[in-house]
Amino acid sequence: MAEGMDFAGLVDLGAGTVERAAFTDPAIFAAEQERIFARAWLFLGHESQIPEPEDFFTSRMGTESVIVARDRDGQVHALLNSCTHRGMKVCRHDYGKAKVFTCPYHGWSFSNDGRLAGVPGALVGVPHFDKAYRAELRREDWGLSRAPRLALYKGTIWASWDQRAPDFLDYLGDMHRYLDYALDARDGSPGGSRTVAGVQKWRVNCNWKFAPENFIGDMYHDISHRSVDMVGIGPAGGRGRRAAFRPRLAIGFPGRGHGLLGELPTTETEPYNDAWALYPEVNDWHRAAHEARMARLAGQPRVAMSVGTIFPNMSFHGRQPRTIAVAHPVSPTVTEIWRWCLEDAAAPEAVNEAARSYFLRYSGPGGMTESDDMENWSYATTASQGPIARRRPYNYQMGMGHARPAPGLREAVECGELTEENARIFHGRWADFMRGTPWPMQVPHAAE
Amino acid sequence: MPPNNALDRLLLRAEIEDWLLAEADLLDARRFRDWLALLHPDVRVAMPIARNLSPGLLEREERTQAGRDLMWVDEGYATLEQRVRQLETGVHWAEEPASRITRIVAGIRLLEVEGDRVLAGCRFVLHRNRLEDETDVLIGRRRDTLLREGEVWRLLRREVLLDQSVLQAKNLTMFL
Repeated sequence: MAEGMDFAGLVDLGAGTVERAAFTDPAIFAAEQERIFARAWLFLGHESQIPEPEDFFTSRMGTESVIVARDRDGQVHALLNSCTHRGMKVCRHDYGKAKVFTCPYHGWSFSNDGRLAGVPGALVGVPHFDKAYRAELRREDWGLSRAPRLALYKGTIWASWDQRAPDFLDYLGDMHRYLDYALDARDGSPGGSRTVAGVQKWRVNCNWKFAPENFIGDMYHDISHRSVDMVGIGPAGGRGRRAAFRPRLAIGFPGRGHGLLGELPTTETEPYNDAWALYPEVNDWHRAAHEARMARLAGQPRVAMSVGTIFPNMSFHGRQPRTIAVAHPVSPTVTEIWRWCLEDAAAPEAVNEAARSYFLRYSGPGGMTESDDMENWSYATTASQGPIARRRPYNYQMGMGHARPAPGLREAVECGELTEENARIFHGRWADFMRGTPWPMQVPHAAE
Repeated sequence: MPPNNALDRLLLRAEIEDWLLAEADLLDARRFRDWLALLHPDVRVAMPIARNLSPGLLEREERTQAGRDLMWVDEGYATLEQRVRQLETGVHWAEEPASRITRIVAGIRLLEVEGDRVLAGCRFVLHRNRLEDETDVLIGRRRDTLLREGEVWRLLRREVLLDQSVLQAKNLTMFL
């Protein structure tokens, strides 16, 4: 991979195009790992997966495995899951409880506890340290790599490998209002959500960027879901895949790469629309929660949203069905998607069961809606790889030049409902990262 | 009545085996409406997610739990019927053009027999070929509860235990 090569030119915001190589080329994929996944804030999981001290789960940052561990003081750490001796995974379990991770290859062991060993991930055990290493190994230099930046936000866990990355809340900007909508309880009390136990993980033969670009606000891909709309699977009953909400705006954060479909803080909140009408008891609970939220946040800016993406690869549904989807890169043409379902910790069982079963028929590989997305993403990837196909860039021209500042939000724009503005914002930020300039990445935006 | 001798038991197993193989034929032939007719109105199909865990945890939590956790599939008749309708729209892109599926259902055993209710275990290999070179192989075990209603058996419960933890297929648009 050519060090210092400028891949930013693949994105032409002036023309509204992105070269197909960005979705297929191995050298570009390798550069993405260094320039994006080793520097951006990445979503790792949820604190409800590790409620107790010494709980851990394994997650991914880019192509690499990480251990997310809570130490005995309750602090959460992200450790690279690769032994510093010969690279073996020191943990091959999805989750569990451990004080120490011992490599099954030569037996080096690493503590997850900063108090015991000085730093989390410290090398605490080396077989034959005295006899074979003659006590000369500098153990303090050979701990597991630890993500220097880690943030907990309303139960979600995020990390970055770049010490210089901005604070997580700065990274989010006002996008936090929309993430809040997904993570707060339905009655508006802060936090209050947890994940349903279990994570769906599956491989799709597509470039990873198809997922975040789709979730960031692509109302144009309606034809993808025609079949499920004809059947009707929403909990309100009738046709369509969700309850009917009034038209949403594509709202994006150009300097950050985030975006969503939703409402502005200046928009008056819609009255409850019987979104769960098929389940009267559940519908009553949601109506009461909605009214409680309106009362709690009376006079304050409040937002609603359906789907969004936090750059680079964390996407979420804030309303129906409430989920988190992370597109982990595996290769230029293979992505591993991880999927969580969010529910209110305080909601009655019937409410959470309705949400869980709606998630299962909507989302993930068994979901009637998303199975069609994955057909499109995978064959778009396949058909973009040839030399002739790569002569033409992808077209992102819809709504170019029509974005307006978004009232009530800092450093945000809105561009109506049907637009590719948010995809342009995503790829513009991708280009910023791909220039490889260090944080704070004060980069000029390409002229639009 | 539960079979009370070896011959009755053998005949019952043959009957259940025939049923399961005929069901496989219907699904592979994409005769989904005919397949729906084999289902009990209270049918539940559950396909938990397998996990990689240490020995102590593995015993208790190897797979996610139906009715509570995230699953690959956990649904009843209404959703199964919606899936059939989706396949019938002709615009369900993940299955249009249609995939070719052949499943081998083997190792059928009767695990429990109680009145008109039978719990049968089996193993399956499901091969899917799609468009040109897309191929998935899903292998696992099933536990099926069948209920006799008059002359016919209907599927009441199905538990599908897939070997894969990270699913290697991009979707699960087939019935397992």
